[in-house]
Amino acid sequence: MSRPAIFRTVAWLWFLASLVVLVIGFREAIFLVPTDAAQGDAGRIFYYHVPISMLSLLFPYINFVASLAYLYWRRRDPLKALTSDALALTAAEVTVVYATICLVTGSIWGRATWGIWWTWDPRLTSMLLLWLLYVSYLMLRRFSSAGQSQTLAAVLSVFAAVDVPIVYMSIRWWRTQHPAPVFGGGPDSGLDPSMMPAFIWNIVGWAMWGIFILGFRFALERRRQLAEQEAALSAIEASLETAQ
Amino acid sequence: MKYIGHVLAHLRKDLRIEWRSRDSINGMLFFALLVVVVFSLAFDPTAAVSRQISGGILWVALLFATVTALNQAWTREQNHQVLEAQRMAPAPASALFLGKAIANMLFVLVVEAVLAPVFIVFYNLHVLGNAWLLALILPLGTWALVVNGTFFAVLGLRTRNRELLLPLLLLPISLPALLGMVEATTGVLTAQLDPLEINTWITQLAGYDLIFTIVCILLFETVLNAE
Repeated sequence: MSRPAIFRTVAWLWFLASLVVLVIGFREAIFLVPTDAAQGDAGRIFYYHVPISMLSLLFPYINFVASLAYLYWRRRDPLKALTSDALALTAAEVTVVYATICLVTGSIWGRATWGIWWTWDPRLTSMLLLWLLYVSYLMLRRFSSAGQSQTLAAVLSVFAAVDVPIVYMSIRWWRTQHPAPVFGGGPDSGLDPSMMPAFIWNIVGWAMWGIFILGFRFALERRRQLAEQEAALSAIEASLETAQ
Repeated sequence: MKYIGHVLAHLRKDLRIEWRSRDSINGMLFFALLVVVVFSLAFDPTAAVSRQISGGILWVALLFATVTALNQAWTREQNHQVLEAQRMAPAPASALFLGKAIANMLFVLVVEAVLAPVFIVFYNLHVLGNAWLLALILPLGTWALVVNGTFFAVLGLRTRNRELLLPLLLLPISLPALLGMVEATTGVLTAQLDPLEINTWITQLAGYDLIFTIVCILLFETVLNAE
């Protein structure tokens, strides 16, 4: 088999495997786990909200590392730089998707258990800021002209990566001084054993799904880059022919 | 020492050009005044309420004014090919940035100096806490806005919709600093925050300034040379 064919097979298998894991996770979370005593069935959103929130804090790091790699390779090895830029873009997009899901499921859960959609709790605020930062990253890529957008975006990614811990910490310091408003807090202090399988199946499933869309979008972006290079090359060749 | 010489040269140039036209200071000042008037009409604040909200209004007014001025900050350099000259010159690029940022900082400080009495009159302000702390909070907060604003203005220089892009990038990055400024200022005005908390906010603001100044200086050359 040629290389693209192997990639395609692996991608299909990966996609099917993540679907299977997600289905098992769905069955565990919705049907098998005993109903939460305090929250009722609304508590089951835990198995979607928490894994996705945890993952949405992971993808920004991929974006940051890929952006640093881009800045390093920009002059030394332009082809590697292009690859890392594609990875940075994809990671930012997946971050936005996961952070959006996290915010939406969080508000639904908040509405069900606290009675309000949104509160300026530290955790919520820092997540919203993360979302805003990466949306502005995508905006910058959209607005800047083709030649510069990679460098500008990589620079902005460094700013965002510096900003995220500051947001997180500043709000933490604030929290230690003010009692937080209405925040029950997730069951951070250990899960009940009966909840463990559902949680693990779901976090693995969503991680696999995230890696799948990351890879899919990355392949798409690489293809776009290659097409662009080819177009540029043929334009140069055409201009040489007319010159003669 | 040579580096400081370069920074001062850029600063002198910016100050002299601004002194001759006074465009951006006048623009910022009038804009900030308008925001203050609009807010006081919109809220019709009593003395107690105005103390609570004026910290936030002051910073929002300054933020908007800074953004409007910064959008124009690099246009002159671009029109006169200063950026190309800088690329060929042996001087470090970050000196250009620092000179520009310090000049912008001075402009905003002038605006603040004029705005402060207007605030006291319009909002019936009577500071309850340690007023001298404002002399620390205002410059720190202003630098946080200006250093990132100058950087993102040059980052957006060669993009489409530059006027739109600057606030889109600057606001999310500045939110932690904005939180610190507003909380510290309101804490001083109302004296409801104990000194320890105000200290934490000020330290945090200083840390923010330090980190982002370093990041801006390190990355400026990359942005300037983005083909």
